[in-house]
Amino acid sequence: MYDFESIHLSTSVDDAVAALAADPEAIIISAGTDVLVQIREGRHAGCRLVSIHNLPELRGIRMCDDGTIEIGAACTFREIHEDPIVAEHLQALCMAADTPGGPQLRAVGTIGGNVCNGITSADTASSVVAYDAVMRVRGPKGDRDIPVSEWYTGPGRTSRAHDEVLVCIRFPRAGYEGFAGTYYKYGKREALEIATMGVSCLVKMDADRARIADIRLAFGVAGPYPKRAVATEDALRGLAVDEAVAAVGDLACEEMNPRTSWRASKEFRLQLIAELSRRLIRETAIKGGADA
Amino acid sequence: MEQQFWKKVAPMHEVGAAVQRVDAIDKVKGTAKYTDDLCPKPCLVARVVHAQIANGWVRAIDTTEAESLPGVVAVFTFKDVPEHRFPTPGHPWSVEPAHQDVADRRLLDDRVRIYGDDIAVVVAEDNVAADRGVRSVLSHVDYEELPPMTTVAQALAPDAPVLHPEVRETNVLARSDMVTPLEGTGYDSVEEALADPRYHHYEAHTETQQVDQTHIETNVCYAYMESGRITVVSSTQIPHIVRRVCGQALGVPWGTIRVIKPYIGGGFGNKQEVLYEPLCAWLTSQLGGRVVEIELPREEVFQNTRSRHPMSFDVQCAYDDDMNIIARSCSCLSNQGGYASHGHALAANAINAFRWAYKDKVGCHTQASTVYTNIPAPGAMRAYGMPQGQFTVECMMDDIARKEGWDPIDFRLKNLMPEGYSDPFNGITNHANGFPQTLIAGREASGWDDFKARYKDETGPIRHGIGMSAFVYKTGVYPISLETSTARLVLNQDGTCQLSVGATEIGQGADTVFSQMAAETIGVPTSWVHIVSFQDTDVTPFDTGAYASRQTYVTGHAVRKTAEKFRQNILDYAYELKPEARGLTIAGGEIVDEAGEVLLGMEELAQEAFYSFRHSVHIHAEETAQVRDNTFAFGTCFVKVEVDMPLGRVKILDILNVHDSGRIINPATAEGQVHGGMAQGIGAALYEEQLIDPATGRLLNPNLLDYKIPTSMDVPDLKCLFVETDDPSGPYGNKALGEPPLMPPTPAIRNAILDATGCAFFQIPMTQQRLVAKFKEEGLI
Repeated sequence: MYDFESIHLSTSVDDAVAALAADPEAIIISAGTDVLVQIREGRHAGCRLVSIHNLPELRGIRMCDDGTIEIGAACTFREIHEDPIVAEHLQALCMAADTPGGPQLRAVGTIGGNVCNGITSADTASSVVAYDAVMRVRGPKGDRDIPVSEWYTGPGRTSRAHDEVLVCIRFPRAGYEGFAGTYYKYGKREALEIATMGVSCLVKMDADRARIADIRLAFGVAGPYPKRAVATEDALRGLAVDEAVAAVGDLACEEMNPRTSWRASKEFRLQLIAELSRRLIRETAIKGGADA
Repeated sequence: MEQQFWKKVAPMHEVGAAVQRVDAIDKVKGTAKYTDDLCPKPCLVARVVHAQIANGWVRAIDTTEAESLPGVVAVFTFKDVPEHRFPTPGHPWSVEPAHQDVADRRLLDDRVRIYGDDIAVVVAEDNVAADRGVRSVLSHVDYEELPPMTTVAQALAPDAPVLHPEVRETNVLARSDMVTPLEGTGYDSVEEALADPRYHHYEAHTETQQVDQTHIETNVCYAYMESGRITVVSSTQIPHIVRRVCGQALGVPWGTIRVIKPYIGGGFGNKQEVLYEPLCAWLTSQLGGRVVEIELPREEVFQNTRSRHPMSFDVQCAYDDDMNIIARSCSCLSNQGGYASHGHALAANAINAFRWAYKDKVGCHTQASTVYTNIPAPGAMRAYGMPQGQFTVECMMDDIARKEGWDPIDFRLKNLMPEGYSDPFNGITNHANGFPQTLIAGREASGWDDFKARYKDETGPIRHGIGMSAFVYKTGVYPISLETSTARLVLNQDGTCQLSVGATEIGQGADTVFSQMAAETIGVPTSWVHIVSFQDTDVTPFDTGAYASRQTYVTGHAVRKTAEKFRQNILDYAYELKPEARGLTIAGGEIVDEAGEVLLGMEELAQEAFYSFRHSVHIHAEETAQVRDNTFAFGTCFVKVEVDMPLGRVKILDILNVHDSGRIINPATAEGQVHGGMAQGIGAALYEEQLIDPATGRLLNPNLLDYKIPTSMDVPDLKCLFVETDDPSGPYGNKALGEPPLMPPTPAIRNAILDATGCAFFQIPMTQQRLVAKFKEEGLI
């Protein structure tokens, strides 16, 4: 048995928003792969839950008329990984969605939960950052769009207000068009793992297939929350693939700020940042049409 | 999965057949009953209150608020439980006080010796109320705190607080110091030989980690009272020992305790200890005999139950130009944590593992100390101290071979324990020697020479290597402890029979092989032997339990002896029915005469025996076997790895275990046993490690996310090969197989990494971070 006092089973997103607005202490729960684990650990004892489970408004993956791809917040990792739109246009996210936990977790865990918990190791989060997504939340005053660059406010914190519900994550065309993408999760083992380092790399090649026209490099576990290495991207743009591979290690290590924890040292994480950046740029450039 | 045999044994009928596990269908379908499945619900739930310091005393504890919480039935603290201390390890009891286990535990204690020590217990109507009660108690505890001692060095410091002054004057639980006989060697000491300038000299320091057994079913038991006696149902390997320890802990006659053991979801030694059964039994006695259940959350399994001892070793070796080992020394420090548990037996095994596999021309000097500290107390774990010492000696063998440019297999073959070897201290003898064949067969099957040649001069960031290791293991605990076992066979009306033994099925397949053994000796098909899988100490014959790779050997002797008697009883009755017959025997479930003619079916005989007006006999047999022998099992592991140095990743390309475990009773279950051990050996090499915060003594990773056991994605196809010998001391020519498969993969992986990269590691696990640091240090990345 889990120690919570009550659960409000929301009938709609608006109903959930109202329930959250009415109870400043309530905890929002979707699939529960984070919240139930925390409750089991003795946190939130006696809490009141607001469930947004099974709301059709939060489901579905759509290509909008303007080329924006919309992913409902309650889409599971498995749905995202298996979706043909995602596979075609958001390759890095497609790969990332196949990496959290094991098959059981991926069948229930949602992308919304993954980005709302605000943690740096969230597997899909670095790709959401890399694709420059927009987070659409609904609150008492209606919908508002938050660029992902403004979403994270600190470790475990986001700009979502208590009485707001993440409805969907929107990927505007400019964020993905022409980019090949790769996600690499580095863990201590091959499954059921929390990332020691997560890297999402997007590369758009020039028409000459030699130079990198544009690049995005986003890291999880290289700072307090998932983050793009913007200065590194600026320095790599326009370089030949070999030049970019040669330069990226030092640049990314300079820009990122992993910390030492008992799980891994800063020095080890910097080694991973450098080596994985090099490998991912080459691999993604080849996917994007670079001459191998 | 591939399996091959090299046989020196004559075929039998039932023994040696790949019979399907007798419990396979029930376990696969989920109908097999485990402890919690049997517990009558709703029942009272007990949750232990764990101290939040690692060393010190509880000076004040207030349970008033917890007791007032809705759903909380009772709260007990160290003030309420008996004062006396009791031993907990699953060893056979000794009637000689000097050989009895150390009694250093109370049910609940105010002296806190590990982080999370048991200071109180909350009993409630459900787990939510119990957890609320625990949190309430924890907010009303005052401690007097001492700095935690997490290392042996801290606990041995002159001013270190003594953790168990009632049993030891210092934190040293035990020491041993043994020198093999030196008569006729020309040296007065091993050290003199080690210092002899005529020889080459090797020195190393190794460190092995604290590993968790990680059985899937967490520790669980429930207890209730009937007719003034306490029944404890527990997920345990050792029901008869649980009965004894509950009696000792509660201070009641042992016969007033009844222990039932259902199917269990793994134990690996952690359930060869009596953990929360005594507290559970005591609680029901305080609560009018109501059913009380204690089911540990995974975190408490890590923090509060047993593990593998972290050990360190300092070793030296002298060897000559002809590949001969001249002399060795080994000094071992074993970290015992807060309680004695199985204690020094583990360190003793570790130094034996160091010594046994290879012979010294002059001699071997081994020393070991087991020291109390404040880490979670280690105890029994599969292979029981041997992996630590074996890792150390297998590092040594490869390092020397590499330095001298010798083939590691040839170097080992030159120095291997010979047939007929008898240990000078305990007399354990190499009765049947397939050891060299495990190296030779492994060399061939692994493609050793081709692989070596192929990657001889490899450069670049990704390297390949092949490594191997060898091991020796004993079979059971004689002569260190008692080996005794009883089996019972009872004939049914249809000619089938029930077999009861006190050694338990713990997933290793014991029930299946006992059934095969009984069937072989009686002369019936295995399917006619119905094994009684659950032990109930009120009715199950005595046996100390499942541990020490002893079941097929020790319990096997009891099964054989009982089956021989049972068979004779059947034949005696057959002669009553067929007085004119000659040379009767049982074959294929029928009574056959000397001419091979079938005279009677077993069912016909059984019906007559049960219901005869002339002479009704309920045919049965019950025999005790006391085993006063032991024997060595052998084996090797061969591993190929790919090492991605910049990322510190080790990919196991291929892994093969080769075992000489005497006659293989059931090749299918034997293979399964080997696979499980290999996965654990891989885990110990690369992933698994209990991490302790030195500042608080708290476990940092007491969960299955951060304690990394290998997943199916991390383990390649596992291959095994059996070299079959016919051991004259085993009931069916068999010897240990339960524990050994875990041992050789760990050093073999270490030696494969050495072969691939030239980097020698002396600490396990060889985590990615440690690999990267070493590769950087060596300028490889």
